[in-house]
Amino acid sequence: MIKLVGVEKRLGGQQVLNGIDLTIPEGKLTTIIGRSGGGKSVLLKHIIGLLQPDRGEVWVDGVDISHLKSNALNEVRKRFSMLFQSAALFDSLTVFENVAFPLREKLRLPNEEVTRRVEEKLEQVGLSGMGHKFPAELSGGMKKRTGLARALIMEPEIILFDEPTTGLDPLMAKTIHDLIIAMQRRFRFTAVMVSHEIPEIFSISDWVAMLKDGKIAVMAPTAEFQQTTDPDVREFITVGGTVPLLVNR
Amino acid sequence: MLTRPLTRLGGKTVSIVQEMGRMLLFLLGTFTWLFRPPFRPFQVLKQLHFIGYKSMFVVILTAAFTGMVLALQGYYSLRKFGSEGLLGSAVALSMIRELGPVLAALMVTARAGSAMTAEIGIMRITEQIDALDTMAINPQQYLIAPKVVAGLIGVPLLVAIFDVVGIYGGYLVGVDLLGVSAGSYWSSIESAVEWKDVYGGILKSISFGLLITWVCCYKGYYTRMSAEGLGTATTQAVVLSSVLILVWDYFLTSVLL
Repeated sequence: MIKLVGVEKRLGGQQVLNGIDLTIPEGKLTTIIGRSGGGKSVLLKHIIGLLQPDRGEVWVDGVDISHLKSNALNEVRKRFSMLFQSAALFDSLTVFENVAFPLREKLRLPNEEVTRRVEEKLEQVGLSGMGHKFPAELSGGMKKRTGLARALIMEPEIILFDEPTTGLDPLMAKTIHDLIIAMQRRFRFTAVMVSHEIPEIFSISDWVAMLKDGKIAVMAPTAEFQQTTDPDVREFITVGGTVPLLVNR
Repeated sequence: MLTRPLTRLGGKTVSIVQEMGRMLLFLLGTFTWLFRPPFRPFQVLKQLHFIGYKSMFVVILTAAFTGMVLALQGYYSLRKFGSEGLLGSAVALSMIRELGPVLAALMVTARAGSAMTAEIGIMRITEQIDALDTMAINPQQYLIAPKVVAGLIGVPLLVAIFDVVGIYGGYLVGVDLLGVSAGSYWSSIESAVEWKDVYGGILKSISFGLLITWVCCYKGYYTRMSAEGLGTATTQAVVLSSVLILVWDYFLTSVLL
């Protein structure tokens, strides 16, 4: 289980996180929503130890990772994967090599086994036959799917998704959401997703949390979250949810 | 009002000391990861190809013309004293002791050092370095250590090539164009150049290899997250490496002589 206790972070003279208390349920998909620049990605980076809190603790299955040394932190990170907003593919490697990278570096498997696993994952994300392409030759959606395949290849216990559908058209965004939920249901990993895609996230998330003023304003199971009476949360999810209605008029 | 410039000066001094401390920690961190498995010989070879092989053309070109101009200048200076026969030793000693290590290092900085900063900087900006971290792969071990090893091996080899080509460039001008006897050119080299000259050149080139990769990788690794920041980092890397090469050369020469 992932648990954040009183996490505070100041970046560039601004208080980004101001006492985050958050418990991520195991084996579920939890989505964190909030305004742009509100610190959602910063929060995600604390969970995987890319950033250390100024104050507070980040617990991963009973280990406080906020002050771990490099080696010990790497041990914890072996259980994680992350899909970055930009996909963060290695631009000097092909799609195949990007997906194979963690296998080759961490498991040192024979080439035949690497090929088998990578081709299986590429097929699952709909990129069969694209292994030879370089990231520069891919569309935004294909990059995200390659990043997803790379995140899944090590079969991690926890996957973090940093705005996986930002910059994609609605159809591609739906494809990525469907892929994420299908993979999560199949492999039962703990997923933490940062997203703006309201109302789409309500159909795929088990839990939803809203970040406001550097704190978790509300966190609840999805159905309960949608019924919240918190005025700020209501305003945020209503504006997001009514956009299609305005278009329909 | 009088305290403001002092405050600014103090602030600047503190930030310079902090930067130096960070640079030193970066180097120590890289060395620590250098000796920890997994070792990546293929990555070292790849970097050796980039730093060494791909810099050969510019190094050979620079060396040839440096040797040629040195012979031209040396010939007319030595002729005033009737010592044209010492041209070979003048060219060889200048090349082996000073010009070879310094000019080759400056060429590597301009060609490979700037590219290293840009490559690592782009990886930082596009979160590729963060991606390595999330895969439990230490970026200093995976990205920086192979470049440092390649610099330590590649720069001395380039300097050796620079020295040889430079001496031959001097031969071409001195012997073939200006009429110095080939025998006196080579024999003056044989009698003047000692092992400690060669050893000093090798020592310099190894330290320059470390200096270039250290400064250029550091500047890329800690680049600001913008295109302008990356441009500044690349410029700073080249300028700082070049200045440090010249300063370090002076100190090393004063110790070696």
